[in-house]
Order: sequence, then C-alpha cells, then structure tokens
Amino acid sequence: MAYIEQVFREEYGRIIATLIRVSGSFDLAEEALQEAFVVAVSKWELEGSPDNPGAWLTTVAHRKLLDALRRDRTRTDKQAELTYESSRLQPYVEPELFEDVVEYSDDRLRLIFTCCHPSLTREAQVALTLRTLGGLTTTEIAHAFLVPEATLAQRLVRAKQKIRLAGIPYEIPSLDRIADRLLAVRAVIYLIFNEGYTASAGQSLIRNDLCAEAIRLGRVLCELLPDEPENLGLLALMLLQDSRREARVNEQGELVTLEEQDRSLWNAAEIEEGVNLVQKALRLRRVGSYQLQAAIAAVHAEARAADQTDWRQIVALYEELMRITSSPIVALNHAAAVAMADGCEKGLALIDAIGAGGALQNYYLFHASRADLLRRLHRHDEAVAAYETALSLTTNHVEQKYIRRRLAQRAPPNVL
Amino acid sequence: MKYMLLIYHDEPSWDAITEAERQQVYLEFRKLRAELSERGQFITGSQLQPISTATSVRVRDGKELVTDGPFAETHEQLGGYFLIEAANLDEATAIAARIPSARTGTVEVRPLVETAAEATA
Repeated sequence: MAYIEQVFREEYGRIIATLIRVSGSFDLAEEALQEAFVVAVSKWELEGSPDNPGAWLTTVAHRKLLDALRRDRTRTDKQAELTYESSRLQPYVEPELFEDVVEYSDDRLRLIFTCCHPSLTREAQVALTLRTLGGLTTTEIAHAFLVPEATLAQRLVRAKQKIRLAGIPYEIPSLDRIADRLLAVRAVIYLIFNEGYTASAGQSLIRNDLCAEAIRLGRVLCELLPDEPENLGLLALMLLQDSRREARVNEQGELVTLEEQDRSLWNAAEIEEGVNLVQKALRLRRVGSYQLQAAIAAVHAEARAADQTDWRQIVALYEELMRITSSPIVALNHAAAVAMADGCEKGLALIDAIGAGGALQNYYLFHASRADLLRRLHRHDEAVAAYETALSLTTNHVEQKYIRRRLAQRAPPNVL
Repeated sequence: MKYMLLIYHDEPSWDAITEAERQQVYLEFRKLRAELSERGQFITGSQLQPISTATSVRVRDGKELVTDGPFAETHEQLGGYFLIEAANLDEATAIAARIPSARTGTVEVRPLVETAAEATA
C-alpha cells in the first residue's frame, strides 16, 4: 500500500495532465485516474507491481477514460460539454495509436498554467494546483489550509467550472505572456511552501506535507523549464529554508531564531542542492528576487556558526533585492542585516525610518525585530513595549511563545 | 467561443476629454473593429448613450415598473460592448486589452451560453 501511495504521489500530476488534454475535462480525468488506482490496488497486491507503474497506470486510466467517453457519447450527444472546442484542444479521436499512450508528451506544463491562470483567484489557483498537479485529496488540502472541507470542495468545483465555461485554455501561454504567467505559477508554489513553513494560525508552526509538496512542484517546474533562473531560485530558496526545519522549533515547540539554532540539525543534503541551484541560477545572469533571497539563505547556510556569518555579503544582497522589489519587508530584513554588520544603532535607525513610513505598523515582525535591537542596546523598557506590541499582532502560537520567552528574560544576555 | 466584452468607464472623465482626444479614441475603436471584422471575429458592438438616458424595467406581481436609470450608484458605467468570436479566454482578454477604455476603465469579459448543456450546468 505504501508503495502504491508513493506511486500515486509521483505519477498523479503527469497522468492527469495527459488525461485532461485527451478528454478536455478535469472531472472525467480525475474519475478515470481514480478508477485506475482502485484497479492497481487490487491487481498489484495479487500479481506484484509492474516494471513501469506510471506507464501501467496511464494505460489503464486512459482505457477507463475512453470507456467513460463512449458511455457518454452513446447516452446523449453531450460531446460539446465534455470537450474543449476544437480550436482550443485537439478533439478527442478514437486512438488507433492506443499503445502509444505511454509515450505521451509531458502535459504538466499546460496543467500548471491552466491551474494558475490569472482569471482564477489565488485561493482557487492554490487549491487546483494541489488537487490536480499534487494529487492531494480535498480533505488533505482543507486540513492544510484550515478551511472547512465543504468550502474547499466548492472552491474546486467553481474553479473547474470556470475553466470549462470561460474557455481558459489548456496550453502553454504565448511567448509575450509566459513571463507574467510564470510569476503567478511561482507565487502559487511559494505560497504553498510558506503556508506549510509558517502556518498563519494554529498550534504547529510547520506543516511539513505542504513544504514537501511545494518543493516537489518546484522540482517539476525546474524540470520543465530549466533555463528560467527564477524557477531555480525558487526551488533553491525552498530547499534552503526547509533545510533548517528541524532546528527552527525546539522540543517545547518554541521558535528558535537563526542565530540560536543548532546548526548540526540542518539538512546538509538540502543545503548542498540549494547552494548548487543558486550558483547555477546566478550563472544564467538574469537576476531576480527568488534568486537573491536564495543567495541570502545560502550565505546563512554556509556559515558554520552564527558569528561566522558574512553579514556584509548579506547586506549587499538585500541592497540588490531592494532595487528590484521595493518591499518594506525587504527593507526591514536589510536593516536587521545592517545591525549585524555595522552595529545595532545603525540597524535601529534604519528600522525607525521604515516605521516612519507607516507601512509595517501592523506587522508583528517589524516590532519583534525592533524589540530585539532595543534589547541588545540594553534599552529594556522600550524593548518590552515593542515585544508587547509584537505579541498583540500575531495569532501563531509558536510565534507568541517566542515573544513571551523574550519578555520573560528579565536581564537579557547580550548575545553578540 | 463567443465572448461579450462589456466596456465600463467613468462617464464624467470621458465627457471631460477634448474633442481631439475623443476622435483619437474613436479612431482606435474603428481600427480594432476593422481588424476583428477582417479576421471574422467581430459579431457586433456599439457605444451606448450615456447613463442619463437609461430606463429600468421590472415586473413584480404582474405589475410593470418603469423607472429612471439603474439605481446603483457605481463608479463606472456601462458605456458600450463588443460581441466577439475568440478561440479561448486568453484570446478574448488580449482583444479586451486593446479596447481604448481598458486603459482608463474596465472591460468585463463574459462567455456566452452557447449550448443547451451549458445552460443547465
């Protein structure tokens, strides 16, 4: 069973992408693949699994799909409802080349772009991507995003209906649009990762399944479009962040800051892969925000101890990042890096300048970062006030615990 | 597929532009229309008289109610429409983006119900 589940996860996206192209229907494709997995469960148990389980499943699912299409066609002439218009999708033809189905091209790229089409809401994009490309069940997605299952099911139904009725194409976008569309694809994948990495509410800070799924999707994107440096940058960033997972929360379920983490818990394999990907991406000489964030994470990853961190390089990378993003959060991180490189006073001055802009007044990390610098400067009363503001702004239990721990430190040690 | 492109714009700002600018916009509209016609994608389309000329009709309990204008005070008003033929949503939105009013107002892209099956979906 474990083996079948593994095959299911690995093959789901690729097979369903082909079935959708053949049938023009998300629902029919899903049903056919579901049936094929049911057959696999009973058959593989008895006869052992085939040499190429993916090809086996594709063939069986395709056959199930043909059966369903034939049934449907004989029932009524509902073909128009089932398939995309011929101009948008190759019309369904009785495949004489049935055996060739295992040679079908990889249709996952079409699927990614359709799932992340800008005419769908971001929530629908995320749900559809996890459901179709990731093969997660509606229940799993609902749990991961802490929404009622019925709500999520409804979201998926609406999204699939819009794809069909509004004529969202099942194809790779034209050259003049692909860059924009890729931005959305990467945003969806990174959002899935972040939802897993820092749950926006609830008890557990990290929901590992979502992180693993986002990394898997990131790998698919790199496999399909390897010359796009930002795709590599995104995968690198996720791997490098994920490499710190074990060290990020202690046994008491409390958040551990980067400088306090036990670096021996970091995942060396993920770091190595991430660092290599960053280097490969930067060699393509089209720098972007994911690459820069990954490069910053790589500098941290390569420091054997917190006090060996190359803060000057991190400051320089943040300055580059500020040139292309102008996000106040990036500016905040830049200020924190300056504090490490040039002293807390300089960092605090930058943070206060950002605060004067007003954009981050309701962002808990703004106050937490400010509080940390005030604590290091032994300005205790101000630090306590800032920690308290931060505490009032986060609903995440783990983050709250961290701030309470800081507040409890009556005579805070000067860490650096 | 057939798509209705509903063109919403802010009437006061449309009224405020100069005659030369207005003629420039009309020229763009005519060019787009000619191009679509040439490709067999233009079905119909028109500019609408201003919202001040609108009349709303409702029938409630068998009684006909005719009133002045639409009630909702919205920022943008329906100012015209195109009915086009396009292969898919991407092609339809690309055409919508070329409508001059898209730069200042909003073009809503709506697919038409074209089959009996869709009508009941």
